[in-house]
Amino acid sequence: MHSSDGRPAAPSVDEQVIGKTATKDERKKAVSKSGVVVAKPRKVRADKSDYALRGVSYLVVTIFTLFCVVPFVMILSASFSEESEIMAHGFGLLPRGFSLTAYEFIFKSPRQIIGSYVVTITMTVFGTAIGLFIIAMTGYALQRKDFPLRNWISFFVYFTTLFSAGLAPTYLWIARELGLRGNYLAVFLQLLMTPWLIILMKNFVRSVPHEVTESGKVDGAGDFRIFLRLILPMMKPALATTGLFLALGYWNEWYLSSLYLGSTVEFKPLQYYLYNIINTANALKSSMAGNNVTITQLPSNTLKMASAVVATGPIVLLYPFVQRYFVSGITVGAVKG
Amino acid sequence: MCLPAIAFFIVFAYAPLPGSWIAFTNFNYHDGIFGSPFVGLRNFEFLVKSGQLWNLTRNTVLYNVAFIVLGNIVQVALAIMLNEIRSKYFKKVSQAVMFLPYFISAVLIGVIAFNLLNYDTGAVNALIAQTGGNPIKIYSIAGLWPIIIILCHLWQSTGYGSIVYFAAILSIDTALFEAAAIDGASAWQRTRYIILPSLKPTFFILLLFSLGGIMKGNFGLFWNLVGNNASLYGTTDIIDTSVYRMIISQNNFTTSTAVGLYQSLFGFALVMLCNWIVRRVNEDYALF
Repeated sequence: MHSSDGRPAAPSVDEQVIGKTATKDERKKAVSKSGVVVAKPRKVRADKSDYALRGVSYLVVTIFTLFCVVPFVMILSASFSEESEIMAHGFGLLPRGFSLTAYEFIFKSPRQIIGSYVVTITMTVFGTAIGLFIIAMTGYALQRKDFPLRNWISFFVYFTTLFSAGLAPTYLWIARELGLRGNYLAVFLQLLMTPWLIILMKNFVRSVPHEVTESGKVDGAGDFRIFLRLILPMMKPALATTGLFLALGYWNEWYLSSLYLGSTVEFKPLQYYLYNIINTANALKSSMAGNNVTITQLPSNTLKMASAVVATGPIVLLYPFVQRYFVSGITVGAVKG
Repeated sequence: MCLPAIAFFIVFAYAPLPGSWIAFTNFNYHDGIFGSPFVGLRNFEFLVKSGQLWNLTRNTVLYNVAFIVLGNIVQVALAIMLNEIRSKYFKKVSQAVMFLPYFISAVLIGVIAFNLLNYDTGAVNALIAQTGGNPIKIYSIAGLWPIIIILCHLWQSTGYGSIVYFAAILSIDTALFEAAAIDGASAWQRTRYIILPSLKPTFFILLLFSLGGIMKGNFGLFWNLVGNNASLYGTTDIIDTSVYRMIISQNNFTTSTAVGLYQSLFGFALVMLCNWIVRRVNEDYALF
C-alpha cells in the first residue's frame, strides 16, 4: 500500500515475476487468446533425461487430470442410476442401472428448484453488473494521479483485509441493527465487492495510459464522461475477469444465505438449496412436497446427486467459454496494493 | 467516484467493528452491545482454561501450514511438468480440466465427499466390499480427516495454483536453456539450477500472502466436509467453523466474539510481523 506512495509506478507482482526477463510480446504469448498457457518452442537438443522427464510429465499430468474429472463423472453417473442398485452396490464410476427417476422427482413439482434458479440468476446478473460498475469506477479513481485522496482511500479499502470485526459482531450488526435478517439484500449487498477485486481492478487500470484521461479533459469532458466513454471500453478484459469472479461469488453463494436467510425465505439461493438437500433429510422431503411420498420412498441417494447436477450444471457448461478470463485473473491477480 | 465503495466498506466492514466490545461483556439482547454487563477478560479466561482456544489455534495453523507447504510443492512440480508437455491439444484439455475444481462451490465438495465416503453407499466402501474387505465408518474416524481435508484442498486448488508458477516458468529467457543444453545439462540440472531459482520471487510473494492468512481457515471446505459431526472436532475443528457453530446453533455471541477478536488481532500481528521481516530481507517483496 505505502509502496505506491513514494513510487507511483511501483511494479506489480506480475511485472516482477514475468517482466524481468520477458518482453511485453512474450508475456502476451505466455497467456494466449484461448486462455491456455502455451510454452514457447525451444530449439534444444533433447538427451535421455529429457525424455525421461517428459514421459513422467505426460503420465503425471494425465493422472492428475483424471483425478480432477472423476468426481464429476461419478456424480453424473450416480444421478442416472437406479436407487436400488446404489443401495446394493454403492456409488461407482459408471451408472448402476439406468433410470431418470431422480430427475422426474425433481421436475415433478419444480416450484422449489425454479424459484431457486430465479433467485440465483437474478442476484448473479444484477450483482455482477452493479458490483462491476462500482469496482471499475473505484479502481479508475484510485489510479488517477491527480486524485489527492487516492492513497488514503486505497488504505481505507485495504485495511479491511488486515483487520476485521469477527463473524459475530458483523452478524449482529447486519441482522439486528440493519434489520436485514430474512432479506435477500443481506446476501446481495455483501457480495457486491471485495477489497481484493478493487485492488485487482486498480492494477488492471494501470495499463490504461494517463494520456487518455488527459485527452478527455482537453476536450472538456467531465470525470464521469471520461470514465464511461473512454476508460470503460478500454478495460474489457479486466471487466471480464473481475465480472467472472463476481459472478462465481454469487452463483456459489451458500454461506451468507445460511446465516442471514436460513429458513425464513421460501426460495433459497441454488447452492444453499443444494446444501440443505445434502445435509438434512427433511429438506429432501419438503422440497419434493406435493408428491405425497414418505421419506423412505424417496430415492434419496440418486436424488441428492441429481440435485447436485441440476444446481451445478449451468456453471460447468458455461465454464469453457469463460475459462480464459480465469487465467488472466490469476496471472495479474498475484499483485500487491 | 469512490463514494459507493467507501459507503460499502463503512457499512459492511467498519460499522461492525465496535461490536467487538461484546467480547468483554456478558451480552444479552435486551441490554444491547454497550448496555450488557462488563466482565473484563472473563470470556477469554474461559477459552484459555478449557483448552478450546489452544485446540482451535493449533488445528487452524497446522492445516494452513500443511496447505501452504504441500500446496506449493505440488503446484511447482505440476508447473514444471506442464512445461514439458508439447502436444497442444493435450495441453488445452488438461489445463481446462485442472481448473474445473476451482470453479465449483464448497457445497459440491461436500457432495463429492458424500459420494465417495459415506458408510452405506460410498464409492470407497463399495470398492472395499468388492475386494472382500469390511466397510469403514469413515465419518466417525477422526484420525483420517486431516488427510481427507488436505487431499480435498489440494484437489480444488492445485490446478489453479500451478498456472501462476507455469506462467513464471514461461517467462524465463530461453537463451538460458539453450546455453544449458550446449553445456550438456540434464533435465534435472535444468530444473534445479534454472527453473527453481527463477520461481523464487513468485514463491515468496505467494508465501507472504498466505502467511498473513494463517489464522483464517477455509471455512466452506471444512464446514461442508465435517459440519456438525462432533466426533471429528478434535482433529478438524478450526476457528472459523467453531465460531459459525456457536452462532448458528447456540446463539452464543460472547464466546464467538471473543474467539473472533483473538483471531483478528493475532492475524493482524502476524501480517505485520511477516511484512516487517520481508521488508528487511528484500523490500521489493514486501506487501506495504
